Amino acid sequence: MYAMDHRDLGTPACVAAGEVRLEIDGHEITVPAGTSVMRAAALAGAAIPKLCATDTLEAFGSCRMCLVEIEGRRGYPASCTTTVAPGMKVRTESPRLERLRRGVLDLYLSDHPLDCDTCPADGHCELQSVAAALGVTQSRLPSGGASQRGMPPDVSNPYFAFDPDTCIVCSRCVRACRDVQGTFALTIEGRGFRSRVSASQHEPFLGSECVSCGACVEACPTAALTEKSRIAKGSPVRAVTTTCAYCGVGCSFKAEVNAKGVVRMVPDRAGAANHGHACVKGRFAYGYTTHSDRVLKPMIRERISDPWREVSWDEAIGRVASEFRRIQAKHGKASVGGITSSRCTNEETFLVQKLVRAVLHTNNVDTCARVCHSPTGYGLKSTLGESAGTQNFDSVAKADVIVVIGANPTDGHPVFGSQMKRRLRQGARLIVIDPRAIDIVRCPHVEADVHLQLRPGTNVALVNALAHVVVTEGLADEAYAEERCEVDSYRRWRAFVSQARVSPEATEAITGVPAALVRSAARLYAAGPNSAIYYGLGVTEHSQGSTMVMGIANLAMATGNLGREGVGVSPLRGQNNVQGSCDMGSFPHEFSGYRHVSDAATRELFEDSWQVPLASEPGLRIPNMFEAALDGSFRGLYIQGEDFVQSDPNTRHVVAALSAMECVVLQDLFLNETSHYAHVFLPGSSFLEKDGTFTNAERRISRVRKVMEPLAGLADWEITMRLAQSLGYPMRYAHPSEIMQEIASLTPTFRGVSYEKLDRLGSIQWPCNDRAPEGTPTMHVGSFVRGKGKFIVTEYVATPERATSRFPLLLTTGRVLFQYNVGAQTRRTPNLAWQSEDRLEIHPDDAESRGIQDGDWVGLSSRTGDTVLRATLSTRMTPGVVYTTFHFPETGANVVTTEYSDWATNCPEYKVTAVQVVRLENPEAWRARRRAEREARTPAAVSAT
Amino acid sequence: MNVERLVAMVNDIASFFASEPDPETAADQVAAHLQRFWEPRMRGAIVRHLAAGGSGLTPLARSGVARLQK
Repeated sequence: MYAMDHRDLGTPACVAAGEVRLEIDGHEITVPAGTSVMRAAALAGAAIPKLCATDTLEAFGSCRMCLVEIEGRRGYPASCTTTVAPGMKVRTESPRLERLRRGVLDLYLSDHPLDCDTCPADGHCELQSVAAALGVTQSRLPSGGASQRGMPPDVSNPYFAFDPDTCIVCSRCVRACRDVQGTFALTIEGRGFRSRVSASQHEPFLGSECVSCGACVEACPTAALTEKSRIAKGSPVRAVTTTCAYCGVGCSFKAEVNAKGVVRMVPDRAGAANHGHACVKGRFAYGYTTHSDRVLKPMIRERISDPWREVSWDEAIGRVASEFRRIQAKHGKASVGGITSSRCTNEETFLVQKLVRAVLHTNNVDTCARVCHSPTGYGLKSTLGESAGTQNFDSVAKADVIVVIGANPTDGHPVFGSQMKRRLRQGARLIVIDPRAIDIVRCPHVEADVHLQLRPGTNVALVNALAHVVVTEGLADEAYAEERCEVDSYRRWRAFVSQARVSPEATEAITGVPAALVRSAARLYAAGPNSAIYYGLGVTEHSQGSTMVMGIANLAMATGNLGREGVGVSPLRGQNNVQGSCDMGSFPHEFSGYRHVSDAATRELFEDSWQVPLASEPGLRIPNMFEAALDGSFRGLYIQGEDFVQSDPNTRHVVAALSAMECVVLQDLFLNETSHYAHVFLPGSSFLEKDGTFTNAERRISRVRKVMEPLAGLADWEITMRLAQSLGYPMRYAHPSEIMQEIASLTPTFRGVSYEKLDRLGSIQWPCNDRAPEGTPTMHVGSFVRGKGKFIVTEYVATPERATSRFPLLLTTGRVLFQYNVGAQTRRTPNLAWQSEDRLEIHPDDAESRGIQDGDWVGLSSRTGDTVLRATLSTRMTPGVVYTTFHFPETGANVVTTEYSDWATNCPEYKVTAVQVVRLENPEAWRARRRAEREARTPAAVSAT
Repeated sequence: MNVERLVAMVNDIASFFASEPDPETAADQVAAHLQRFWEPRMRGAIVRHLAAGGSGLTPLARSGVARLQK
């Protein structure tokens, strides 16, 4: 059912040009041409009864409840499928219409339980509302005929139940699954009284193709599909609009609550990023926020081998302050640092970097974007002038050719994935560049025109080959490149990619992609006319991650695919606030707004505001901090919401570094793997417990609003503020809006941002300043941020990580729909019903030669370590390539990944690791060894005393 | 700092800038990158390594690091 405060208009808004004036029940109204009579009537204030219509779905015309009379027309047309016409005169009420509607209603009620008082939809059921409006309490038709009553409910899905008893077979769920989500998992099977909603081919919802996005549940007009949380907790009494804390899509939600807590999360139809859609994580997997694993008391210990001791906030924060001052006095200011979290708000990350720079007097601050999209910042800044994607999500609706490189939108960014699939079903062409046949390569009503299934680590060779075809076949937009870009740089790059040695034919042996396919893809991309590139960590997490980002930007500039809707270069950011944490000055070399610390004018601006001198040298990046810890020059670290031990590469190296530090402070919701090496634990707050803002992958700043009080007493921004005060710095804010005021005053791209404006507009895409007071949906219109675009030569340099006789396979990693990154959130939700372990996907040929069968336990080894997990045979990869996820600490996939990293940013090369896979005759021995290794890395009992 | 690791990192940086046809410009670009993104103790360590012979550094990496000494 709809959000509690939603007023449904029956059919979607029409965006056609022109307006139509008509009369409804004697009142004149003007609406856009193409609008349905039903919607026009709703806008005019006349509520026409309806059951199969809802304004997120195209009209269906099946329920016959919305009949109207139109002057000069015969019969009683359905208002949902009838469009307005100039001068039309509509009657929505008449005795005849009432009789007709009552007759239809009799048929529905004849096969519907009338136990409204005990129904979970009581008070929100559309059938109940229609019956009440018509004054009908029961059917006049005799009972005892054919019926679908008494069919067993399907409660297999952990989040919602399907009760066929209350289903009116309106098909709203089927249409939502098809049109909104694009999964086509639902259908109506049977005819007449045997008509029934069916998941896949009469399977339980859990075992079907259903991805549990919940669009069907929201579309259901009765209690047939209902959230289990609503059944358990009852009706909500208020709603708070906030922003999801999972991926970089940044969906807007209404958190509906009552005295028992959050009843349900309903995607906000006014949300500009998601337009009322959601995925299984955002809509349902919020239970981690109140999970019993939450640690709600600050804790300290002298040594990491000691048990934790619960203490007051004052004692914990006082301990951090005294330890950091002690370490700095003994080892210098640069012996400590901090890490901001991409799961925290802009305001919170801004405060952590401010604390490090202004209070600890060092630039040793970094963020988890180091290990995902730092090459995006470097590559796009170097070529286009701004460290961010160029488009909004809605831009994809105007794309003619969509290129997906190293991203898996249906799993990693599901709501945008649905939007992309919608455009593809409308006819846009699709190029996928990925070592793995991800879902979007072939799914219902979507099939890639070209899938370039390259070898891991060869991205740059491939993008150069694509550019070679564009340039040598005369497909480049020379006029655009020469007018909009630095001519010298363009000509030099053009000469580089024109060389035969970078052609598809010459690089086929490197990439493994047939040259003809590369040529086909390049021609398709260049033909456009609107070609858009979307990429993910399959681009950035390589030793040439930054080079590949530049290669992508080169390709877009050369074909004129920047600076308007439907085109562009769009990084699909992994976490909810990766963009924001980078924007807020979380990198060690730059202040908020991506301004280098060596720039005296910028530094002076911050010094004036913060009233302290600031360091002009770049600080340490995360991997540099680990190296410095091992040489003894870095000894104290304040970590805001991060789990290095599970998420960073080469776990043994990370553990050694953390173990070498004297004071590791972890601020988090849970005692994660990194907590084993912490000396102080500060309990953090979830997104439901605080105010602030997140910035999503399209630079959209959205409000996070407090739904409940912080369970541990303090929001994360308050913890950082108190820590700064304890260190002697007067950091005082009454509300995060005051922090945003400071951000806006110091950051040109945020100059026009305020909470008042965010509340008024809903969300804002930066830059937001005097030139763009309401934000900037599309960047680089007319000219690039840096003035002229800069082409950069992107020579392919092979990664030193190669398959060898000892480690003959290449491992690449990723994530799945139902789990999220290190799983700290999703592992504490019923999402485990879909995936409860990391699996190794291996090609049947590679499996056969190793005697591995589906489900077997296998050992996965690299030169840095080994782990054990179960195998899934899959033809998604080519022989020689294996794939796994990193969601579960029991597997610890990063035990095997290496220290290699991007040359420019040190973003780890997660996507290429040479490995061997063996079938385990005695998996328990491997698992016991793995457990022993993990326990050896876990020096102390973690139970709070 | 682990000098072997720093050598590998600066060699990777030099590999990228090696496409610059003018070797002097390429060395300037390597040095500028190190100046812009490397923390002082990392720069100090690689400079000391070069002063001690610079084992493992590629020619362009050496030229770039040498510019940091000026």
